Amino acid sequence: MTVLKDIPEKWFPVVLPLQRKKQKGLNGDKKKRAEEERRVRANDREYNEKFQYASNCIMTSKYNIITFLPVNLFEQFQEVANTYFLFLLILQLIPQISSLSWFTTIVPLALVLSITAVKDATDDYFRHKSDNQVNNRQSQVLIHGSLQNEKWMNVRVGDIIKLENNQFVAADLLLLSSSEPHGLCYIETAELDGETNMKVRQSVSVTSELGDQNNLASFDGEVVCEPPNNKLDRFCGTLYWQDKKYTLTNQNMLLRGCVLRNTEACYGLVIFAGPDTKLMQNSGRTKFKRTSIDRLMNTLVLWIFGFLVCMGVILAVGNAVWEREVGSLFQSYLPWDPPVDNFLFSAFLSFWSYVIILNTVVPISLYVSVEVIRLGHSYFINWDQQMFCSQCNTAAEARTTTLNEELGQVEYIFSDKTGTLTQNIMSFNKCSINGQTYGEVTDPLAPQPKRLDFTPFNPLADPDFCFYDDTLLESVKVGDSHTHQFFRLLSLCHTVMSEEKSEGELVYKAQSPDEGALVTAARNFGFVFRSRTPGTITTTEMGRPVTYSLLAILDFNNIRKRMSVIVRNPEGRIRLYCKGADTVLLERLHPCNQELMNITSDHLNEYAADGLRTLALAYRDLSEDEWESWSESHRCADKATNCREDRLAAAYEEIEQDMMLLGATAIEDKLQEGVPETIAVLSLANIKIWVLTGDKQETAVNIGYSCKMLTDDMTEVFNITGHTVQSVRQELRRARERMIELPRTRVGVKDEGMEGCGEACFMGNGFRGQEEGHGTGGGGEKQLQCPLPPAPPPPALPPPPPTNLLENISGEFALVINGHSLAHALEADMEMEFLSTACACKAVICCRVTPLQKAQVVELIKKHKKAVTLAIGDGANDVSMIKSAHIGVGISGQEGIQAVLASDYSFAQFRFLQRLLLVHGRWSYLRMCRFLCYFFYKNFAFTMVHFWFGFFCGFSAQTVYDQYFITLYNIVYTSLPVLAMGIFDQDVPDLRSLEYPKLYEPGQLNLLFNKREFFICITQGIYTSVVLFFVPCAILSDATQSNGVPLADYQTFAVTTATALVIVVSVQIALDTGFWTVINHVFVWGSLGSYFTIMLALHSQTLFRIFPNQFHFVGSAQSTLLQPVVWLTIALATAICIVPVLAFRFLKVDLKPQLSDTVRYTQLVHQKKRKPVGRSMGDAWNGVGSVSESRLGARGGSRRSGYAFAHQEGFGELITSGKNMRLSSLALATFASRHSSSWIDTLRRKKHTHAHTPPSASGECSPAPSYVSGSVAPLSNSSSVLGGSQDTPIEEETGTAPAQNMQTVLTSSTQTPPALAPTSEASAPQASGQALNAGILTPTAVRLDGGDSPGGWTITLETVQEALFGWKARATASSSPGPPSVAKETSQNE
Amino acid sequence: MGKAKVKSGPLARRPDNSAFKQQRLPAWSPMLTANTVLPFFYFMALICMLLGVWLLLTVQSTQEMKLDYTEAGSCNLCYIKRQNASNAAQSCTCSVMFSIQKAFKGDVFFYYGLKNFHQNLRRYMDSRDDGQMVGRKRNLKNPSSYCQPFDKDQTGVPIAPCGAVANSIFNDSFTLSYHQPGSYRVRIPLLRRGITWYTDENVKFRNPKTENLTLAEVFKDTARPLYWQKPVYELDPDDPTNNGFINEDLIIWMREAAFPNFKKLYGVLNRADEVFAKGLPAGNYTIDINYNFPVQYFRGRKEVVLTTLTWFGGQNHFLPVAYLVTSSLILLLAVVLTVIWWKFGKAGKNMQE
Repeated sequence: MTVLKDIPEKWFPVVLPLQRKKQKGLNGDKKKRAEEERRVRANDREYNEKFQYASNCIMTSKYNIITFLPVNLFEQFQEVANTYFLFLLILQLIPQISSLSWFTTIVPLALVLSITAVKDATDDYFRHKSDNQVNNRQSQVLIHGSLQNEKWMNVRVGDIIKLENNQFVAADLLLLSSSEPHGLCYIETAELDGETNMKVRQSVSVTSELGDQNNLASFDGEVVCEPPNNKLDRFCGTLYWQDKKYTLTNQNMLLRGCVLRNTEACYGLVIFAGPDTKLMQNSGRTKFKRTSIDRLMNTLVLWIFGFLVCMGVILAVGNAVWEREVGSLFQSYLPWDPPVDNFLFSAFLSFWSYVIILNTVVPISLYVSVEVIRLGHSYFINWDQQMFCSQCNTAAEARTTTLNEELGQVEYIFSDKTGTLTQNIMSFNKCSINGQTYGEVTDPLAPQPKRLDFTPFNPLADPDFCFYDDTLLESVKVGDSHTHQFFRLLSLCHTVMSEEKSEGELVYKAQSPDEGALVTAARNFGFVFRSRTPGTITTTEMGRPVTYSLLAILDFNNIRKRMSVIVRNPEGRIRLYCKGADTVLLERLHPCNQELMNITSDHLNEYAADGLRTLALAYRDLSEDEWESWSESHRCADKATNCREDRLAAAYEEIEQDMMLLGATAIEDKLQEGVPETIAVLSLANIKIWVLTGDKQETAVNIGYSCKMLTDDMTEVFNITGHTVQSVRQELRRARERMIELPRTRVGVKDEGMEGCGEACFMGNGFRGQEEGHGTGGGGEKQLQCPLPPAPPPPALPPPPPTNLLENISGEFALVINGHSLAHALEADMEMEFLSTACACKAVICCRVTPLQKAQVVELIKKHKKAVTLAIGDGANDVSMIKSAHIGVGISGQEGIQAVLASDYSFAQFRFLQRLLLVHGRWSYLRMCRFLCYFFYKNFAFTMVHFWFGFFCGFSAQTVYDQYFITLYNIVYTSLPVLAMGIFDQDVPDLRSLEYPKLYEPGQLNLLFNKREFFICITQGIYTSVVLFFVPCAILSDATQSNGVPLADYQTFAVTTATALVIVVSVQIALDTGFWTVINHVFVWGSLGSYFTIMLALHSQTLFRIFPNQFHFVGSAQSTLLQPVVWLTIALATAICIVPVLAFRFLKVDLKPQLSDTVRYTQLVHQKKRKPVGRSMGDAWNGVGSVSESRLGARGGSRRSGYAFAHQEGFGELITSGKNMRLSSLALATFASRHSSSWIDTLRRKKHTHAHTPPSASGECSPAPSYVSGSVAPLSNSSSVLGGSQDTPIEEETGTAPAQNMQTVLTSSTQTPPALAPTSEASAPQASGQALNAGILTPTAVRLDGGDSPGGWTITLETVQEALFGWKARATASSSPGPPSVAKETSQNE
Repeated sequence: MGKAKVKSGPLARRPDNSAFKQQRLPAWSPMLTANTVLPFFYFMALICMLLGVWLLLTVQSTQEMKLDYTEAGSCNLCYIKRQNASNAAQSCTCSVMFSIQKAFKGDVFFYYGLKNFHQNLRRYMDSRDDGQMVGRKRNLKNPSSYCQPFDKDQTGVPIAPCGAVANSIFNDSFTLSYHQPGSYRVRIPLLRRGITWYTDENVKFRNPKTENLTLAEVFKDTARPLYWQKPVYELDPDDPTNNGFINEDLIIWMREAAFPNFKKLYGVLNRADEVFAKGLPAGNYTIDINYNFPVQYFRGRKEVVLTTLTWFGGQNHFLPVAYLVTSSLILLLAVVLTVIWWKFGKAGKNMQE
């Protein structure tokens, strides 16, 4: 029962396919045949009525008050178990068969049904609530030419509705017109696909001209389009209007669930409504996940059915024999029932009677108890404070309650990278300037190094910036020229755009987070990049504004791996600043840098070893002549029509020579907190972690290193990059051969191997060490030294027989595979090849993977490995993987909620995974297993007594116990203690299970509950039943009461056996319970107490007097339980039942102790010796932390340059041409105008703009709009800005930053020539921003006008799209809101 | 935590820090260590041993005499006679002699026993109407359907008491006499009242309200069970208060036995007589039997049992023997466990350190 917590969640209520069917059914029978095409005519409800399209009312609930009972019961009786009990109930109504009263079955059944019904009802209630909330949202519908407020549910297909900024889109709309120029509007699709960046939608030009509602009211175009489907990125249709056809694409659609951003208002035509919308078509979990325990349980239940039938047959045969031999003679006292005329028929009836009696071996309350236990575990997950992330105020949430115990069996984890392992935040971590390294935290033992406070020194500093080494700041303050030069470079050499909403409030929009981090670092150290135009860069250097003229940007590309800028400083000196990958940059230095280069190189190695992304920085002074000549050659290259790229590269190469090294930077791709530790702990728990990422190989590998999945000590890391099937196959094979060969060759260099392992096992020893502290000491040390021995393999290995050998490969390998190689590797005939190689590796990283491939990889493991898989991710691209894995985990609070919605569990930080698995999962599994063992045991012990009694009562299906006892045994007398155990039991405390990850292994191996354990349980149950029957039988048949009345009567026997049974199973649960909380005590003692109380009550005179035929056990309890013999019997039976179990368990602990036993024992001893030991979580963490800190020396070979990572080519060109600025300034303008917090501002602005803009909007109609009018138009159109934030929840992520933009608004309307901009800055920052924006616009506008082609706009749009490809505003609020980028809707881009 | 306070601020959704929710409830986690298990085993063995010995001694002090009279002595004739159902109405008496070597001291209980008589068959056990037996007039005239086919006689008159159980009541009667040495036979007085469960006699079985009528009038419109010679209100000719549903023989019979071989109390030695004040003296005895109950149909046997009692009931050798066997098994197990623990239980010892 997941209580819906968030509004966003309500958008995606779980919709079962069934309901959708039902929903469609409701829309009219005519529509049952699949809709082939959809015709919608605008503003014509009558016409659209004909088609009976779904209304916009969304109904995710299953029931209403009237239908609840029948529908719910119908659903419940679809469960096999419930039907079975219904069948039994019917059997019991046949008097010849009925061996039990009807209520013995109906009471438990009713209880089970009602518990489930209550649960379903609660779930449905919440669905109703969320449905109502969604359905009752207001939207403005254009009816008869006027806007009317309508509830969402009343919106019809064909209506034209008006959307305002920040509103949710009510249905799938065709965008008709918008307040923005060219019918553009911006939407955020986080709800839909999880991407938080903004997307642009544009209306068809003819409709965008319609403009306001008066024109729209008369719009009567007809749309013919595809039927509803779930493809989010595709739409095709045609608009017929005024005898013309217009093609419609996804670019024209606003989908339900999106939020309108930065667009004042827009009008749309409803195409799909309610259940037909793509959102609803997409929502819903198609697959119902079951745990392996579930499946096992079902198998076992089937077996038990079989067993039941066998017993029934045996007893029926017995009955036949008995009736023939004895019963026929006894007929004078008891003739056969009328329909029975021979012993065979009697046996047939007896079979059914026994099926009824023995039905309790199939425990009716099993399923419901399992559900209750799982629910309890889910609540514990929800309640866990240690899985609560205080930064994002998110607690962990178990979104499905049916998978908990599977969390204790996970063998493979598939993890996304960005947002899951990493925070996607780059931070400037270390730097080396002129041979001096900064940023090292000098004293690692210091508890919390002090964060530098930049504000007194630099008012423009970014408060979120963290740096700890104050020597660097000192160096800046004293004016060290190298340091200044260093930061000047950082402030100039980049392609970052800035926004300054108010004085000092800078927001950088970096194309890659690395760059943002560097520029921010420079900003904090006093070199503030403030603004740029295509030809200038304005900075504030140590408080002094400086404007450089930007002469050239030598852009980055993958081959160059560096970028440079050439600037002229105010003094007129020309200088080239270059930053780039050390490998390429160090080659191009002036020879005099040799010494510095060596030192810096050492530093770079150090940084790389710490998993940081490095860049080297250099500059070169250029004389005017040099510049002139180069500039000429550059221009030539630029204009070249053929081989432009190459010639440009050559030109760049020419000037990037003889540079002077400044230093190096190291950027940390910030991992989420505790990621390396978590990965280490999880891999110690024998969980294999695969990273599946859409990132580039370099990035992925880099992260692999920094989160310690890959280490330099690994024997080998295989890269599979083949592009053809053949090459991939070859590479995989070669990798396997190497795996077998390598250890052999390494025998010689054993020491190295030992060292390698030593470190690899370091973590292990870290933990083991603690264990040893109270363990043996001397003896075990050696063997514990290296639990994963790199052991020299036996020298004579047989030639590689394929897979088996791979199992015992020594040495550590890792596999990195590329997306296109993976595509080949996943082909049917390659699967096994890939699998055997990949599974032999310790770490597997798949990069450039598409969402579909992620799912395929998961499916592959699921299919061939029979292992439990868990997928964890945060983005829409992880959804497929999350859905296909056994368990899907969503990281909440980062990148939209799509992943969370698809997931089974969600929490905010990757590191919680270890607690989820090692603590909650482990416990859940343990509890569930213990619960099941006990449950089957107790039912067998209970039921099998009837079987033995059958041999004494002529197989007549006489029960041993009172019928009330049979009714209540499972639901009252024994249910609560076992539930308490199933919910609360712990074998070792949570901290221990984190400390000893090996404790997790039994779950993976499925040791605690499997068919073997099941047989042990039922054997024990049968043994108990034998004892419980024969001991009282033997004793009582001869015994008498102390007053001479024989005890061998049936009722005494029944009471004695029942009491013995209850006591034995209570003792057994006491033995099974490992963790006696108050609740356990209350339940165990309470159950015993309730047994006696209820029995005495049922045997009381009062009840007998009312219903003499129902309560004929009157007085049995009193007179039986007063007899010492009875108690002696019970004691004896209990002893005989329990003693062997006790001995067996003791032997198991003594001879073959499980790790958990040992841990438990140490814990016990600990508690006795010292009072509360209270080794806190912190301690444990410190242990891990220190290990990860202290890397043993620097290792070469894995230096990784930051530049290779996230950078995109062609950005420099965009800047110099000013193209991209157009969009972003557009964004600025629109942003600002929408997010004003005060209506006065709006008013003022309106007046302002009206003053400037001619009222005619004719410019907009031109096919190639001039940019100027484009930027102005939104303001002139801005009619209502106030209705901004009705539905804010989603906005939180991105909304704050835009709000700051307000101040800049005023600027966008004026048109200042670009050249003036830089100088005016100091006096009026606002004006400067204004100038900047406008200035940037101009060139583009000019360019477009010059082009004068109708397609001019679109071309630009596309270019910009490409340019901004990858520019996402996933980062935190500090790093700017996403510009309304028109990034391609691609999900493979992380 | 107060709800109002918690619902704001950055930690608004933080789960409560209660021991319950954080699964940190104080708890006792017992463990099976040698320190606890082995002593427990020895202790158990000891207790069982002591109990066993004590029970054995107690049982030794009791005496029991069983006598199968199915075909014994002159009952042979009756046995043959009862084989033929047409003789059911004819009475048959016989006598069996036996002797007691050692005097039965204290209270002596006289039981009759049946072998291979299944009172525990499901349909047999159900074939009764407790509502009728508790004196409900409605049930008296309309016996429960469970009683079929013994609910009504051929003419449709309801049977009281109905059902197979009552119908098959054991109807032999015994007269026990003692051959006083040098004298004539003394009839041994048996107490035949107060030998049922208290609740049976006072709650479960009641006669219908007589309302100034005689019992016979109350039962007027009912028939006696098919196999009965006398109607229910004439079961005890000597004691009018022992008639109807509250007749103790009926009550005892109606308490169905759990197993096919059973004994039921017939009477208790009345020690008021000075000859029997100390119990039954050693010597020769005769039982005169009114041999009515046919057992040959179901290959059954009939017996009488004389026994004395101790605090926990009659002679029952199984209980002490079971205790003794259990105790020795536990002891054996304990020793084995100790040895195993000592010799092989390395892990255990490691843990000890």
